[in-house]
Amino acid sequence: MIGYLWAGMICLSILTAALTGKIDVIAPSIFDSAEQGVAAAFGLISIMTFWLGIMKLIEASGLIEILKRLLRPLAYFLFPALPRDHPAMNAVLMNMSANVLGLGNAATPFGIKAMEELQRLNPLRDTASDEMCTFLALNTSSLTLLPTTIIALRAAAGSMNPGEIVGTTIVATFCSTAAALFFDRLLRRRRGWTK
Amino acid sequence: MIASLVNFLSVWVIPLIIALVVLIALLRRVNVFDVFIEGAKEGFKTSVHLIPFLVGMLVAIGLFRDSGLMDLGINLITPLLAKLNIPAEIVPLAIMRPISGSASLAMTADIMQRCGPDSLVGRMASTMQGSTETTLYILTVYFGAAGISKTRHALVTGLLADLSGFIAAIAICKAVFG
Repeated sequence: MIGYLWAGMICLSILTAALTGKIDVIAPSIFDSAEQGVAAAFGLISIMTFWLGIMKLIEASGLIEILKRLLRPLAYFLFPALPRDHPAMNAVLMNMSANVLGLGNAATPFGIKAMEELQRLNPLRDTASDEMCTFLALNTSSLTLLPTTIIALRAAAGSMNPGEIVGTTIVATFCSTAAALFFDRLLRRRRGWTK
Repeated sequence: MIASLVNFLSVWVIPLIIALVVLIALLRRVNVFDVFIEGAKEGFKTSVHLIPFLVGMLVAIGLFRDSGLMDLGINLITPLLAKLNIPAEIVPLAIMRPISGSASLAMTADIMQRCGPDSLVGRMASTMQGSTETTLYILTVYFGAAGISKTRHALVTGLLADLSGFIAAIAICKAVFG
């Protein structure tokens, strides 16, 4: 699926540029983006290193047991087949907590760690498991209760009431997360999407 | 009121969590620094492992934007969506949001500059930008880290969820602010 999207974006883009006489933008665009890709990965090193260290402390200190007790019903409902004391469950719970608290730069390291742990339980090495798809759906639609970046942006733009969009954002984020979980369950057994 | 509460929380949450984790670990007689290092060691390898996935995806996104293909698509669907009473300013943002976090944030800032943050369009843009994540980035990074190449229904699910979120954002903003 992702392969077709990738190939389609590249081929159609180059075709469009060729037909509109903008073929000279293609090469610089490619090398510019490649550099951004490396920069993005390097930008992750610092937050990955720090938050994975904190994550180990959360596990070693027993704080994870408190998270488990708080989020147990939700996590067991979303991931019924996931062994309850597996490291994957710990990472999933920490990622969910970070998302709800609006800790964007902690949610990504926890999420990546969770995916690596889910991969250990995955019988098909190259194919996403049901749990991985549900976990991804949960993260792409992200439950945001505190849209801090946007509020700061609105304040900077001179809004009379930068926080007035908190309520509408919460409604929209619940809708997108509910839709993500719904479509995840609906499309799970469709053979056509298994590429 | 809400804004100051949110600002308060956004400044305090991280320091409080870090202090709490370290303090409780200390009280439970965990060898804090050793345990921290043990976890932190994995950060570098995982991040560097993501380079090919990020380069591949960002090149495709960059081409889509720079070649004019994205604008072509936007110009095609904007008149159709206008018939559904969806403001033209919001359409490029809705297309960019699942693809690039930084580009869509820049678009949101631009909409606020042009239309004002307290206009209906400005509020819709804020709600859209804040309520969802960058689907393509999350998919690339998360599946890249796990080494998954067959993503099954994950992409379609993510995009349908984004679409649902946008429709909800437009509808709720019209209901509350319209």
